[in-house]
Amino acid sequence: MSVKIALAGNPNSGKTTMFNDLTGSNQRVGNWPGVTVEKKEGRLKGRSDVIIQDLPGIYSLSPYTLEEVVARSYLVGEKPDAIINIVDGTNIERNLYLTTQLIELGIPTVVAVNMIDVVRKNGDVIDLKKLGSALGCEVVATSALKGEGSKEAAARAAALAEEKRGLSAPSVFEGSVEHAIAHIEESIEGLVEPRFLRWYAIKLFERDGKVMEELHLDRALADHIEEHIADCEEELDDDSESIITNQRYAYIAKVVSQAVKKKHTGRKMSVSDKIDRIVTNRILALPIFVAIMAGVYYISIGSVGDWTVGFMNDTLFGEWITGGLTALFEGWNVAPWLSGLVIEGIVGGVGAVLGFVPQMLILFLLLSILEDVGYMARVAFIMDRIFRKFGLSGKSFIPMLIGSGCGVPGVMASRTIENERDRRMTIMTTCFIPCGAKLPIIGMISGAFFDNAWWVATSAYFVGVAAIIVSGIILKKLRAFAGDAAPFVMELPPYHSPAASNVLRATWERGWSFIKRAGTLILLSAVVIWFLQAFGVTSAGFGMVEDNNDSLLAAIGGAVAFIFAPLGFGIWQATVGVVGGLVAKENLVTIMAVCYGFAEVGETGEEIWGILNTTFTPIAGYSFMVFNLLCAPCFAAMGAIKREMNSPKWTVGAIGYMCGFAYLVSLMIYQFGGLITGELSFGLGTVAAIVVLAGLLYMLLRKNRYSEYGGELSVNAAKKDVKVNA
Amino acid sequence: MKTLKDAKVGQTLTVVRLNGTGPLKRRIMDMGITKGTEVYIRKVAPLGDPIETTVRGYELSIRRADAEMIEVE
Repeated sequence: MSVKIALAGNPNSGKTTMFNDLTGSNQRVGNWPGVTVEKKEGRLKGRSDVIIQDLPGIYSLSPYTLEEVVARSYLVGEKPDAIINIVDGTNIERNLYLTTQLIELGIPTVVAVNMIDVVRKNGDVIDLKKLGSALGCEVVATSALKGEGSKEAAARAAALAEEKRGLSAPSVFEGSVEHAIAHIEESIEGLVEPRFLRWYAIKLFERDGKVMEELHLDRALADHIEEHIADCEEELDDDSESIITNQRYAYIAKVVSQAVKKKHTGRKMSVSDKIDRIVTNRILALPIFVAIMAGVYYISIGSVGDWTVGFMNDTLFGEWITGGLTALFEGWNVAPWLSGLVIEGIVGGVGAVLGFVPQMLILFLLLSILEDVGYMARVAFIMDRIFRKFGLSGKSFIPMLIGSGCGVPGVMASRTIENERDRRMTIMTTCFIPCGAKLPIIGMISGAFFDNAWWVATSAYFVGVAAIIVSGIILKKLRAFAGDAAPFVMELPPYHSPAASNVLRATWERGWSFIKRAGTLILLSAVVIWFLQAFGVTSAGFGMVEDNNDSLLAAIGGAVAFIFAPLGFGIWQATVGVVGGLVAKENLVTIMAVCYGFAEVGETGEEIWGILNTTFTPIAGYSFMVFNLLCAPCFAAMGAIKREMNSPKWTVGAIGYMCGFAYLVSLMIYQFGGLITGELSFGLGTVAAIVVLAGLLYMLLRKNRYSEYGGELSVNAAKKDVKVNA
Repeated sequence: MKTLKDAKVGQTLTVVRLNGTGPLKRRIMDMGITKGTEVYIRKVAPLGDPIETTVRGYELSIRRADAEMIEVE
């Protein structure tokens, strides 16, 4: 018989550190069903019969945020045998607020007062006995970072779980509220599991939407309960939710005043305060932010990161593996199609993706450090004002900055954004920023049509930023994004030095999930594209083709090229280029050159500039460039999008949005541009472009029909994702 | 009525009332801003919004638009 222990606590309470300390390497990381909230589970070190379930970091058990709903569903639905509630001893008042809610569940609970080393250093004293008797549960002092007490907390929890003794919660609320709750308990007795009776009664008193829906109380009973609530509200002149919250905090204040002796009662500057005085200073904050971001960018994208990508792509995959396999296959006389499939298709495709892994690890290492130290919360604090105008979070800046180097780590950097809505929107827009692999495309167009004018590249970045802003404003008004906006009421945790184990573990988890993706989805896509471009029908029948012009890809490209006619590049070579760009954007130039009969070209395809210049007009060329900058990114980035969205619907939606947006923007550029230069006359295309422009302006300027914090809406939106188990 | 939105840096104020409903109000209360709580205004972000406060011994940042719901004295 195994024992299940849930690990619950506030964000920044040291929960992750304790989880790692308790489970070591016996961890399984996944997602909670249907949502992008991370789920971690592990076996207690030395006790393989004890399973530790890490719950999301939460402040409360309200029905309003995804994390809280996930935690609630687990606690009530899966019925863990015990809870370890981690409480930050240096911030005990707010941390105990969650504790008062957890103990109502009647599940045996051990409160771990964490960061006890810091508490002692501050000269404060916490009377664990008093605290324990006031909360009705066992209390253990821990310092997860120093490895102190964690094992004891787990051992106590396991012992409690085996005793199967319920927990009797103290009377947190005052007379009339307790009275009303007792009445509600009485009236729902038999409808809910006995041990959760008090929890359900309190939730009903709060008029908790999710619980009311779950219980399906009949009309008479619901009215009866409502009467008790209304009486209590009238007596205390407040709404029931506020009454409960107020009395919880009042109870905690009383407990803390008895059990905690602070050495300094006044406001004393801690080291963290001193750091913060400089780092978020009104004048210095932005320069420091720019310097830190420049440092992250320089190390991960510029210097070390660039070197690893070069090494992985050119040396490891380009020379060693490809060269080795070629020699090997030649020696074995392997059929050309098989060696083509393995070397060009699989190694080429997957290698292009895996080549980014070391770079991503470096980036994630840096971001994990910034996160662990506490700087990420400050980034949101500093940048919030700018980004929230576009429906994004202050933390969206980081994915976008990284995205200018490579969209793959950019998309994955969105992990640091807690709010699901902000994260999704960031993922959808990050790839609009021209990444490193899109530079050859810009170079090709700039060279072929505009005599390498400086403004072409600049305008490409401008288009990217404008696309993000426009998308942000449009998307935030859509229903899909309207519901689950979390208010920006954010804790700024004290700075602390990073814990190596946390940082390395977080880095590895993110990197590994990407590698797994490369082995499945990306592998398949690469094989399909390789097959299409290597095989075709010639006079000799179906088979491998020497000339790319005979390939299936060329045939498909020719068949669908008309789609791009309104954009100015409705020819098959350009279409094949677009598709080839999906494998890797830097492939686009080479593939187009191959289509025009050049085997080897320079990075920006100087050899085909002349042909392009005679085939396209400059406006069409520019439109082609913009389309490729904004449309679906490469497979690697799409894999990252799929990984981070964790939902087929949202993945398809995001990629579809990018392609659609790119199409419409390029349409406008070509049609309006052509009209101005006189190469196009007023026609159907112009009308279409005018309609698109009008539609875009309407979407930009219309009023937001959904309030920023849709109360009812957010409950519904969350309901879709998480099923509350009865 | 004075709200937290209009508070000046360095002031210590007491919460009198919370307006509004739903998730935002609950979130503000969950974070410890309840009737009678003392709120110290620590600083304003470089771009003027949000503000940083000390509540119940920890640092909490809140947007001015949301702070408007919190009546103080």
